[in-house]
Amino acid sequence: MQVFMQHILPLLIAVVGAMIWLGINALLWVYCERKFAGHIQRRPGPFEVGPHGALQPLIDGLKLMGKQLVTPDNADNVLYWTAPIMTMIPVLLLYLPIPYGPVLTGMDVNLALLLILAFSSFNGLAVILAGWSSNNKWGVLGAARAVSQAVAYEIPLLLTVLAISFMTGTLSLVDITNLQAGYIHNWFIFKQPLAFIIFIVAMFGETNRAPFDLAEAESELTAGFHVEYSAMGFGCFFLAEYGYMVVMCSVCSVLFLGGYHGPIPGLDGWWWMVGKTFALMSFMLWVRWTYPRVRFDQLLNINWKWLLPLATANLLATALIMKL
Amino acid sequence: MAAQDSVVQKEFLTAGNHYMDPPIVNLKLAQDIFDICRAMSLWPVTFGLACCAIEMMATGMARFDLARFGAEVFRPSPRQADVMIVAGTVNKKMAPAVVRLYEQMAGPKWVIAMGNCAISGGPFKSKDNYGVIEGVDTLIPVNVYVPGCPPRPEGLLEGFFELQRQITGKRWWPVAAAVEG
Ligand code: SF4
Repeated sequence: MQVFMQHILPLLIAVVGAMIWLGINALLWVYCERKFAGHIQRRPGPFEVGPHGALQPLIDGLKLMGKQLVTPDNADNVLYWTAPIMTMIPVLLLYLPIPYGPVLTGMDVNLALLLILAFSSFNGLAVILAGWSSNNKWGVLGAARAVSQAVAYEIPLLLTVLAISFMTGTLSLVDITNLQAGYIHNWFIFKQPLAFIIFIVAMFGETNRAPFDLAEAESELTAGFHVEYSAMGFGCFFLAEYGYMVVMCSVCSVLFLGGYHGPIPGLDGWWWMVGKTFALMSFMLWVRWTYPRVRFDQLLNINWKWLLPLATANLLATALIMKL
Repeated sequence: MAAQDSVVQKEFLTAGNHYMDPPIVNLKLAQDIFDICRAMSLWPVTFGLACCAIEMMATGMARFDLARFGAEVFRPSPRQADVMIVAGTVNKKMAPAVVRLYEQMAGPKWVIAMGNCAISGGPFKSKDNYGVIEGVDTLIPVNVYVPGCPPRPEGLLEGFFELQRQITGKRWWPVAAAVEG
């Protein structure tokens, strides 16, 4: 009983909270994305379904649930339906170690960063499975692109994260947040500006967002790896994509923008964390609707010729300075 | 092949025949709610055949904005789309692809025939016609016909409203007043 009250119960609450938070975020960001797209293109976006189109994501979700589930001929049935589940489940886990406030932390583990990086690569595996098992050439091409992209962009991401943990000597997100307490100049964005920029770029690559959404490039690959998924199969990939975006933005705001600490002491709280995450999310949407998609060779060139050397140099410089 | 009467066609496409699995739980209220949801998020296939497609694109752009009614999500994969806008001339070479796209769409699915070409062959309907299908409804069942060469974007929007009326049995948006003269 003691064990239950102390360890299991908080974890259960955290899991349920993470589910609700994921659901809210998905609805909110689908709506925001379509509204942003509309306003960037000088049109109102969803407007008539609910006040200012606010019911649109909910209605879309219900519609997707009511659609027919199609399994293509000769598809690998087991893997085909494992993939959307496999992309959804880790997202929930990823929300647990993120500190939203001094108390609002689902699970304070001292390897939180490692956990997030490890489990977010499940997405890559799910994408490969989806593309491979659906017996569709566009799917396979999308999956192949997703693999090389995920492998490529994981490296600079890891190197920037490493630079931060060299500085702080910890992999726990709570500790990293607490080291940035006090005034705004303590935020790591001012100590590691280059790492911040690299992290942001790699974040787009990791989450498969435009301009790096090569895995589902609509003009070349129809829908890429999820081309054969109808209804909620597609819905899962969609939800997970927004889930990963929010996770990445949260990690970014913890690592570089001080997490739940405000710019001056005394105002700390979850609102800062949520505000920073949402600001980063809006930035991602803004970029998506502003820039065209890069070509695949350009995508890899950006990574191997710019991000990777810069990240390595940044890491070495950090190590040197920390040693001195 | 397909009946001209839209009421008959609705039966043709809803649950109970081979185009879609019958619902496991068939509650009137739940079905009505689903129908409203379907009507309010009609995602079209990214798919245009001739000059009418330009007007279809204009419908999605800033001035007319299909997005207001939740239908701007042009899905490139037919599996994820709900409505197929046959916008343009269907010729004999293209016909198998159109039928295939229709069959690949997951049910429930609807078709809007946009423009005279898709409705009846339009300007190509003559005794010397050798290459153009005279009406896409000889290939696949059509729910809404939007006449014009090409129809104005308002026409396509009106086609969407008519489709929403067919799905839910109710007209959702105000009817535009007729212009004098
Ligand atoms: S109906 Fe007219 S505008 Fe439309 S595709 Fe045919 S010829 Fe072109």
